[in-house]
Formats: sequence, structure tokens, C-alpha cells
Amino acid sequence: MTETSAAPAVAEVPGLATDAVTATGAREVFVAAGARRDSVLARGRKRLSWPLGIYTTPVAILIIWEVLAEAGVLSPTYAPAPTAIARTAVDLWRQGVLGPDLAISLRRAAIGLALGLSAGIVTGVIGGLLTSGENLFNGIVQIFNTIPILAILPVMIVWFGIGELPKVLIIAFGAFVPMYLNLFAAIRGVDQRLIEMARTTGAGRWRLVTRVMFPGALPGFLVGLRFSLAYSILGLVAAETVNANSGIGFLITNGQTYLQTNQVFVGLVIYSILGLLADQFVRALERALLRWRPSYEAA
Amino acid sequence: MSTASVTLARQQASALIDDVIRRFGDRVVLDHLYLTIAAEELVVLLGPSGCGKTTLLRLMAGLDRPDGGTVEVPARRAIVFQGDRLLPWQRALPNVALGLRGPDAGQRARAALAEVGLAGRERAWPKELSGGEAQRVALARALVSQPELVLLDEPFAALDAITRLRMHNLVRALRRQHHAAMLLVTHDVDEAIALADRIVVMSQGRIAASHPVTLSAAEREVSSGREGLRAALLADLGLANRH
Repeated sequence: MTETSAAPAVAEVPGLATDAVTATGAREVFVAAGARRDSVLARGRKRLSWPLGIYTTPVAILIIWEVLAEAGVLSPTYAPAPTAIARTAVDLWRQGVLGPDLAISLRRAAIGLALGLSAGIVTGVIGGLLTSGENLFNGIVQIFNTIPILAILPVMIVWFGIGELPKVLIIAFGAFVPMYLNLFAAIRGVDQRLIEMARTTGAGRWRLVTRVMFPGALPGFLVGLRFSLAYSILGLVAAETVNANSGIGFLITNGQTYLQTNQVFVGLVIYSILGLLADQFVRALERALLRWRPSYEAA
Repeated sequence: MSTASVTLARQQASALIDDVIRRFGDRVVLDHLYLTIAAEELVVLLGPSGCGKTTLLRLMAGLDRPDGGTVEVPARRAIVFQGDRLLPWQRALPNVALGLRGPDAGQRARAALAEVGLAGRERAWPKELSGGEAQRVALARALVSQPELVLLDEPFAALDAITRLRMHNLVRALRRQHHAAMLLVTHDVDEAIALADRIVVMSQGRIAASHPVTLSAAEREVSSGREGLRAALLADLGLANRH
């Protein structure tokens, strides 16, 4: 704006048809996307600068890491090269260590998630729809919410030993709390005007719940699901790291004990891949279920 | 009023508002208000912002309860709100069919959409509809249940002038099809004159004036009768000096 606001200076130049420009000041011209001449170039540049979208930064770090490791700047004991980690992963898989450990971890996560999500959804729906449900569950979940997962681990071990049960329960706990809180808030937050409207159309209680409350609470539910998946992986890590003789956490602790840094990193990579997959899963759900949203853009 | 005449009034009336009081805290919004709407009559409720128009409408819709007096309305009634209030997660057709039951629900909803000129838009998401289209879907949703009384709360206030005129034509056309009484709340004097069988002006929680409108369709556009009515309405609204 500042460049063209110097209108008098332009007007002083004789012989220039400056009337239109000086009268309106700065202008902007908008045309159809792709209609500009330089659009091919611009699009190519965009594709070049962000070829992997949000994964550009992680991949860039991996490449720098690899280069530094190869150059000997990073000691293999502290930070082995990504390719070395990959090789270790393949070796572990061939030795028949990684496969069973991964399967055990996944099974724990699945059972814990199923338990935690079921409990969170059932109580969240009851708490969201009924005042008595709110009174029944809200206080206790708020208390749970203030307790870190890591802090209940010792109690779990005291109560249930070091078997599978405490691990599954920790994961379930991690998934339950955010699901309840988000679902409760989402149901309570459904637009009152829409509920009022549905009542005046003569829609019954069932339709009100299934056509207005649940779809209206869906965005909040998906936020809850995202947190639940993240916390359950946190729970999985906590449970497996502190006491386990199998699973990815055991792999990591074992690697630490024998200074097998490669093995520790293999475990970390697997955890991060689990987290990424969980996030992608929720994103896919959002794309499928929230198409009606005004903010939704077709991908 | 004798018992006989009350019974008679009840038989002919679509809605009976009798001595209704509504308070919000210390503020008396409806102060001993009386209003009768005859069957198939279109009454326009005119008044400045905050005079209690919407409060009265909500009482008649059953969304609120009076602090005194009685509100008697048909069980089969529908309301069109100021905003379209469409469920954003449902396409146009299920939005219209929200309150319908039975195997022919889809068919009836389709017919209602066609009636408001939206045939072929059944599968549109609300976000894909223009303001006027969305309000027409809301109108279809109200009419699909064949109500005896339709309450319209400034339904066209958010629309542009041209779309609003189209909506007025639509309302007139729909009245020929549906034999429902209507109460339309507005603060637009011209809208009131264009549509009403009777215009009631609300002031300080009561019906301050009532003007039957007997003008023909052409006279509602341009005529001395229209100008006289307009002047009278503006006077009722306390805007006479500006005229």
C-alpha cells in the first residue's frame, strides 16, 4: 500500500495516463487459480518446497541425521544412523524377536483401547444426555484427569502384579479419561437452537438423540478419540517400560541394559509409527464423517 | 364473554392468547396480552425490536411457558425461525423429513421441497445452499407436517431485498395450497402490508392496534389505501413524525 500511496509523485510525471491509478490508489486483481501465466512455475515451486507436506521436516531431520552419522560427527553409541537402525530392525525381525514383541504390544494396546473407549463412550453418552449421569460420573473422571498415568502404575503393580492385566488397565485408563471428558463436553455443546428446532418439528426423543445430539457431538468425539489414542500409547510405553519381559518396551529396556542403542531406537521408531498411524486413522475418520462441515475442504 | 361465544370463538380460532403475562426478572415482557388468530388467517405481528414479539411466538410454539394466562394453539403447528436452523450434517431431504414418520415420509418431504421450488436439490448439504434456498428448505420442513398453525419469526429478515420479494410470492402461493393459519413476526412495515390479512402492532407487551388489510394484491403494491395503512402503522410504531 505504501508504494502506491505516493500518488502526487506519479502525477508529476507528464504524459502518463495516471488519472485512473491516482483516483483509486492501490489495486488488487484476482483471477481464477491456475489462470495466471506463471502458475505452472509457481505450482512446481510449491510442490518442490513441500514435497511431503507435514512430513517434510521429519524426513529432512532424518537425512541430516544420516549425513552427520556417516560423517562420524554423531557417535553410533549415542545416535546410530537411521540406516543402521533400519538394519537392526530387520535383524531383530529375522531373529524372531521383533515380530512377537510387536504383536504382544499391539494386542495390549488393542485390548486396553477397546476397554477404555467402550467405558468412555458409554459413560460419556450417559453423562452427556442425563443430569443424573453427569452427577454420577463427572466428579470421579475429573479426579482421574488430574492423576498422571505414570503415577497409578505403582498401584497397578501392587494390586495386579506384573502380568498383562495392569498393562491393559493402564492403557484403558489412558483412553477412558479423555474420551469421557470430550464426549461429555461435545454432547452438552450441541447447538441449543438445533435441539429446539428438532423439538418443534415433532421429532421424538430417539430422533433428537440420533439425528441431532450424536452427529452434533461427532467433532468433539473425534477430538476425544485422538487424545485417547495418544494417551493409550503413552500408557503402553509406561506399562511396558517399567515392568515387562516381552513387548516393545521390553525391547527398549533390554537394549538400554546391554547398551544396544540401535535396539532402543528401533523401539522408539515403532512407538512413533504407532502414534502416526493412530493420527492418520482419526484424520481418515474425520474426512469420512465430517464432510458436511463448512470448513471441510475436499482433499 | 359468555360461555357460548367463547366456545364459538374457540371453534373458529386457530390460536387463542388469553391474558398472557411473561416476565424475565423484573421486566414484564408480555403484559396481559390478548390475541386471537382465526383459522386460515395470516396475521402479521409488527413491532420494534425488543417489544416481546419473539417471546409471544415462543410461547405459542411451546418453547416457553407463560407466567400467567393461557395460550391455546393447535397441536399440529410448525415454526420457521429467523435463521434456517438446518442440521448441517444432513442433506436437504432428511432435514425436511426430520419430524416425519411412516413409509411415505421421503415422498412427502420430496413433494414439500418441490413445492418451495427446490426439486432436484434433495441431496444438497446445507452449506451448499444460498441463504434464500436454506430458508426455503426451512419453510418446507415446517409445511411438510401439514400444520394448522405456522409461526414465522422474522423468517426473511436476513435475506436480500430481491430474495425477500420472491419469498413473499412463495408464501402467497403456499397459502393457496395449505389451509393453515399463520402468524408472521416482522419489523418490516412493507412486508406486513404485502402479506397480511390483519396486522397487529405490539407495544409495551400488549397488542396496541389491529388493522384488517382488505387491499387486493395490486393495491398492496401501489394505492392510496396502502399509503394510508402505512402511515397508520408508522404512527402506531411511534414513527409518524418521520413520515
